Amino acid sequence: MALLEVNNLDVRFAMRGGEVRALRDVSFTLERGERLGIVGESGAGKSVAAFTILNLIAKPGYIAGGEIKFDGEVLNTLKPKAMQSIRGNRISMIFQDPMMTLNPVLTIGEQMIECLKAHRRISRKDARAIALHKLNQVFIPSPEKRLDQYPHELSGGMRQRIIIAIALLLDPDIIVADEPTTALDVTIQAEIMELLLLLCEKHNVGLILITHDLGVVSQVTQRTLVMYAGRVIEQGPTREIINDAQHPYTQGLINALPQMATPGSRLNQIRGSMPTLTKIPAGCAFNPRCDFAANICLEKVPAFAHSGNCKVACHMVDAMVAGERWTPIITDANGNGATPTDSHRTEVNA
Amino acid sequence: MSAAILKEAQSSSQASPRMDSAELGETLVEIRDLEKRFSLSGDFLEQLTFEKGRLRRKQEYVHAINGVTLDVKRGEALCVVGESGCGKSTVARTVMGLLKPSGGEVRFDGTRIDNMAPRDLLPYRRRMQMIFQNPYASLNPRMTIQQTLEEPLRFHQPTLKDGEVRDKIEEVMRSVGIDPDWGKRFAHEFSGGQRQRISIARALAVDPEFIVADEPISALDVSIQAQVLNLMMEAQEQRNLTYLFITHDLAVVEHFGTRVAVMYLGTLCELADTRSLFARPRHPYTQALMSAIPRLHDDKPNHIRLEGEVPTPVNLPSGCVFHGRCPHANQRCRTEIPRLIATDTGQVACHAVEEGRID
Repeated sequence: MALLEVNNLDVRFAMRGGEVRALRDVSFTLERGERLGIVGESGAGKSVAAFTILNLIAKPGYIAGGEIKFDGEVLNTLKPKAMQSIRGNRISMIFQDPMMTLNPVLTIGEQMIECLKAHRRISRKDARAIALHKLNQVFIPSPEKRLDQYPHELSGGMRQRIIIAIALLLDPDIIVADEPTTALDVTIQAEIMELLLLLCEKHNVGLILITHDLGVVSQVTQRTLVMYAGRVIEQGPTREIINDAQHPYTQGLINALPQMATPGSRLNQIRGSMPTLTKIPAGCAFNPRCDFAANICLEKVPAFAHSGNCKVACHMVDAMVAGERWTPIITDANGNGATPTDSHRTEVNA
Repeated sequence: MSAAILKEAQSSSQASPRMDSAELGETLVEIRDLEKRFSLSGDFLEQLTFEKGRLRRKQEYVHAINGVTLDVKRGEALCVVGESGCGKSTVARTVMGLLKPSGGEVRFDGTRIDNMAPRDLLPYRRRMQMIFQNPYASLNPRMTIQQTLEEPLRFHQPTLKDGEVRDKIEEVMRSVGIDPDWGKRFAHEFSGGQRQRISIARALAVDPEFIVADEPISALDVSIQAQVLNLMMEAQEQRNLTYLFITHDLAVVEHFGTRVAVMYLGTLCELADTRSLFARPRHPYTQALMSAIPRLHDDKPNHIRLEGEVPTPVNLPSGCVFHGRCPHANQRCRTEIPRLIATDTGQVACHAVEEGRID
């Protein structure tokens, strides 16, 4: 049995203008020591997914359906006290902005000791020793000195290292990292990612890495989940998704990267933009931006089709796996389906 | 199977006739020994302190740019890259005249513009426009798109008739892929990508020759980044624009730039045409920067790890600003500031390269 199992998760936010469905029918699993990437653009629901795992969805948000199972226990029905003993202890989280996560009026040591004492019966002295040991693990120079410093005295990269040290403090089973390097420079990003990868491998910690950067996902994770407008649209081994994505959105995302194009040539772009969650198109949410959309895509939400080791929510992939002929709405004179044209430039007005 | 078909359909990208570094034109913008300091010490009274019973005046500065010399050639896209705090945005703003340089000069088309009176600067302002990073902050929320786009035109070309203004605005809106019928809407009604198109339209409205773009796509999603980059490249071809493009994203530079300038702590470390820089980075900092790009298709990144972190620009290191983190630094690097020297493909400021200690 998988360590973490998310089944048909449905998260909604009750807003004044109606309900916003942030996650729909999201299912995935994470094995012990596995590294999973969740990719998508802003508004895809990837951060909500991460927060939901730790039961951090606050009002007006609520879990409308589905379950999160961790080590045999259903997390979403746990009492707050019981959840607290898991959160930060067996599943810990790394947030995007290290300055927002660290308490500015407490020293680093104080924050680490506080965290240890919240979960274990331990003396201050022992807690400090553990904290020191963890700072050493994340290669912080002169860790003894850092324990007595305040967050503002440290640089961004150093702060994020400390966050990682805190996340590892109680030897968790899973670390959920929400855009851990987005606020950092490239050289620091590379260091932090390398560190995270090294530590996860060494301690056999599972990692859920939430990011919009496909390059980072491809270097760190083993499996990838691609999200769009609150749904998982493709999942499978990272290598396969990067090299041979099936869903037109995933392909579009990869092909839109400058490193995929000949320098100076026109980039392959996806037309339009992600729909707002209050106005998700009927059928497949991607259909207004998809070159291959057919009538069925406007009506029916696609179920997962299996294609090799990947699962893809796309009617076209489904049809192709079944060996059926696919006729998109946009066809050229020969009836050969879509080719990128000037229509790419006209933004679809949602 | 399916993927192969899809890929074929999607990859009909046509190579465009953009400028090659080999055919660089004349110099449009000259930046000479540019320096910019920002005072940290407040006004005169705040600078006074008592030390050992004596009154002393103490001033501290952030040294944002320390002697940057750059030429922007007509028709090229010169990219300036570097990490946060390296002074790349300050260069952009100083060139545009939004900041007064503390030293050095900026020339536009042969005329020195950095010390001009605001009134004399007007005709030059029309020829150079800026695109900002955050389209949520750079569009006035109280103006309709029509008003936003009209303003620069009416300001710079007051003699234009209403009809002409309308036609011009319609033309730029079409060229950036925004429906002219949306002119009555406000900025908040548009998505981030659309807003950035509108900022580009605003820059294009007065038919500039030179556009400074400060991280124009950093705030956008991946699929939208491609749209905006394509738009900027199209505009460059059609209107014969020259770009000074500020970014921290090396993948974008590789795609977009004619030449690249790499900055570190307010100084220029390397300048070369894009292809040679990516094929063979010379400066140790450029090498480290390149190795840090997360690539899609290499499983084992060979990342050059730098020691320590970027020092503060308040107390600059002596000698080469990079020496504290450089694996090749020696005594000379610690004391003597390296000058830009010409290499076969560009310029590099490094003692180790000059002495042939590294190739």
